[in-house]
Amino acid sequence: MPLPRLIPCLDVANGRVVKGVSFVGLRDVGDPVELATFYSAGGADELVFLDIAATPDDTQTMTSVVAEVADVLEIPFTVGGGVRSVADASRIIEAGADRVSLNSAALADPSLIGAIAQRYGSQAVVVAIDAGDGVVHTHGGRVATATPTLQWAVEAAERGAGEILLTSIRQDGQRTGFDLELTAAVRGSISIPVIASGGAGSAQHVADALRVADAALVASIVHENPAGLPGLRREIESLGVHLRPLKERI
Amino acid sequence: MSDVVIVDYGAGNTRSVRAAITHVGKSSDVSADPAAIVAAPYVVLPGVGSARSAMVHLNETGAAGALRERFQRGGAILGICLGMQLALASSEEDGGVRCLGLLEGKVVRLVADRVPRLGWAMVDPWGDAYYFAHSFVADAPDEVATSDGLTVAVERGSFLGVQFHPEKSGDAGLNFLGQCLSLV
Repeated sequence: MPLPRLIPCLDVANGRVVKGVSFVGLRDVGDPVELATFYSAGGADELVFLDIAATPDDTQTMTSVVAEVADVLEIPFTVGGGVRSVADASRIIEAGADRVSLNSAALADPSLIGAIAQRYGSQAVVVAIDAGDGVVHTHGGRVATATPTLQWAVEAAERGAGEILLTSIRQDGQRTGFDLELTAAVRGSISIPVIASGGAGSAQHVADALRVADAALVASIVHENPAGLPGLRREIESLGVHLRPLKERI
Repeated sequence: MSDVVIVDYGAGNTRSVRAAITHVGKSSDVSADPAAIVAAPYVVLPGVGSARSAMVHLNETGAAGALRERFQRGGAILGICLGMQLALASSEEDGGVRCLGLLEGKVVRLVADRVPRLGWAMVDPWGDAYYFAHSFVADAPDEVATSDGLTVAVERGSFLGVQFHPEKSGDAGLNFLGQCLSLV
């Protein structure tokens, strides 16, 4: 089994990191490229960029951000938000992203999952599921659909998704721990890996999540103190979860 | 002439490989030109897309023949991920694909707890963790490294192939690439 992954998630709009990053050591906390490099140096195993504006203008900006990030980052990264077609996915992947994350567009047209997987491989397709009360939600978690969470996870996997990014709406932003029951239930129903998301408030929370999931997404816990990432990793390891050994450049 | 030719087979993202090569202080071009592939100081066969479309492109452009000629002359080639798999005789991917056949062996569907196998994993006996993203795996005699019991590196003559992505494996990956390119 690959080692569990710690994945900082950056919300980006119009080419800028938009929320919650506070750190005086960075020249420009809003610069996605600088922050990505900083997190990579601090031991992030992977990064997720979520384009939260995703307007037509913004989409072009995001493509340039992806290219700039790809030129400096030597860890994998996923881009979500605004991927609604194979052409959108091509634009992002050909600019240098490793994977795209699909959310409402995949719900609206599930064949999109297979179409992107066919072209770039399953490993390039993440399906993001916002889950609450047993069903999938859209519009940033505000609107409940009739689709049961487990059923959608199984269908996404069958259609060629390479990973599920599972966010618990109830836990998101609460910092009281991940929804471990939901994560275990989803992971138990499929054979592709699962990233747990929503609720990270401490190293203990992340360690608990990494015992039931393949990776954990973290946001405010790292953005409040980007320099604390190496310390967070050490704390998670002291709780008995083995992350990848960090290497010195020779 | 650049230090490295990255073989272009029309599947998009060669940007990260170029960036990593630049990072270790070498120059590179992305090309499918057979003459450039034969003559380059070093050749990287990157890993993007699917086996069938990759082989169609490599055959159409003449890059496949150039890679075989280069290998016979002892020119160094590094295959990454799909690029490693393409060097074997055949792949089960896409209903069966005849590959370059530089090395013996075939590519088979990965059987594991989770597929695709995604993330960082230790490579033995090299002792470092590298980034993997694959659903197929080599079944080949020229194995030189394993990860979770899988063949993740093969070497024969002037060809070295790795299943992981050195260009996505942080400092461990850059160290690996730097070592590969140290004689160029």
